[in-house]
Amino acid sequence: MGLVKNLFAGVYGFIESLGQSGIFLFQSLFRLPVRWGEAVRLYVRQVYSVGVLSLVIIIVSGAFIGMVLALQGYSILTSYGSESAVGQLLALTLLRELGPVVTGLLFAGRAGSALTAEIGLMKATEQLSSYEMMGIDPLRRVIAPRLLAGITCMPILALIFSAVGIWAGMMVSVHWLGVYEGSFWASMQQSVFFDTDIMNGVIKSFVFAVAVVWIAVYQGYVCQPTSEGIGRATTRTVVMGSLAILGLDFLLTAAMFGDF
Amino acid sequence: MWFIEGFQDLHKRNEFSWHIFYYNAVLVSVRFCYRESSVEVYIDVKNLSFSRGGRAIYDDVTLQIPKGKITAVMGPSGVGKTTLLRLIGGQVMPNSGTVAVDGVNIAQASRKELFEARRKMGMLFQSGALFSDMSVFENVALPLQEYTNFDKTMIRDIVLMKLQSVGLRGAAHLMPSELSGGMARRAALARAIALDPDLVMYDEPFAGQDPISKGVLVELIQRLNRAANITSVLVSHDVEESLSIADHVCLLSGGTVILSGTPEEVRSSTDERVVQFLQGHADGPVAFHYPAQEYREQLLERN
Repeated sequence: MGLVKNLFAGVYGFIESLGQSGIFLFQSLFRLPVRWGEAVRLYVRQVYSVGVLSLVIIIVSGAFIGMVLALQGYSILTSYGSESAVGQLLALTLLRELGPVVTGLLFAGRAGSALTAEIGLMKATEQLSSYEMMGIDPLRRVIAPRLLAGITCMPILALIFSAVGIWAGMMVSVHWLGVYEGSFWASMQQSVFFDTDIMNGVIKSFVFAVAVVWIAVYQGYVCQPTSEGIGRATTRTVVMGSLAILGLDFLLTAAMFGDF
Repeated sequence: MWFIEGFQDLHKRNEFSWHIFYYNAVLVSVRFCYRESSVEVYIDVKNLSFSRGGRAIYDDVTLQIPKGKITAVMGPSGVGKTTLLRLIGGQVMPNSGTVAVDGVNIAQASRKELFEARRKMGMLFQSGALFSDMSVFENVALPLQEYTNFDKTMIRDIVLMKLQSVGLRGAAHLMPSELSGGMARRAALARAIALDPDLVMYDEPFAGQDPISKGVLVELIQRLNRAANITSVLVSHDVEESLSIADHVCLLSGGTVILSGTPEEVRSSTDERVVQFLQGHADGPVAFHYPAQEYREQLLERN
């Protein structure tokens, strides 16, 4: 009986927090700024914070993943005598799957955790209360710019990740492993399509961005305003964000590429 | 807000040497003209009950805070003094009862009404609560940028005036992380009074201040109240400082108001709880120890 009660309480709590976070997202995104100039300035600052500062980890990871994919792809394809298809393999894997997913995971770890910790600390030091007491809506001033910056930056970061990965894979397969450069690019050109591959990847990374940034800012906003509470909220952001990305990836892949 | 517009006109005409004088003179005279000879209630708390985490903080409390006066809210730690300020500001809502600020019932107010009401309030938080991504200057300028159409030069002048009043004009360029606790609280006070609010709430303004800063703050709170007729609510443990500047005192204990009156009435009170608080005795009707099992029994307990 106790187990059923706990299960019911858990499900009820989950639905309740889902509803609250939904209202939170709606209120943050659809409250128009009072001063547009100030809103743009805050947005640009957050683009720098969550987007530009994430570039290093995205570029370095993209390069290494591209190189590893080229090595693994070459070793398998060469046994079938089709090593020229390594370009196709690299492009499709990165654009459809690894670009959006790995960027999302890295974004959750780097920018998502930083957002949660920053907002949580603002709550603990009464900065959010201070905005409220000044009659300034913290959802509009603090949350909205971070949400919008994260949602717009992540698809761009995912494209940069894929581009760097393809370039690094080309360096390994063409200049190191000796794959003919013409067939490397030709196989890619023949099999990669803008609407089905590139756009689907962009849509995926957009959905992941909404999920990760929503989780990150909500966790920061509702966390216990103590050092332990902020630490727990940051961990929850990374765990929930990563799981959300992997779960959503399965659903989106099934919808986009599963021919059934 | 016509006096602020007048100030703006003066500023446009570049009459720099006079506009600060005019601004203060107009502000003082407007406030003075509207000063009531009779005591008018600005904050009216009726039958307030509030509990948090299963613990009753307030139980059927009724108190009134007069307009244009300095009211000191005092009482032992954990009695809910800061919570009272949050209830007045509408950051937490009562379980029952009403909190009316200048006629607006905060508990019943819509979000828009609440934000409107807050624009007439300034609050000095215990920690200062300065925005960590802005300099001291930007912190003080923020409410002016949000709620006025002043140009940059005028905002700069007002910010410098406010910072001068708390002795931090020279620290305008510093970030909050570069300030001491006392300086941060003074900068936060400058921000709280940036819009010349009708009500200023001070949460422990004297904590962590050196004697010079404490003296300046006492004088500043008095000056703001007398010159601009601001209603001030002061939450503090500093008995002497608070009683020296307060016109009205509310002493809280055990979730209720145990005394409401003038500082003289507080000093002459024979109520054991009031005497214990003023003289700082550990033994008395107000328990120092949090409820626990018997001390000797717990020490001897082995399992």
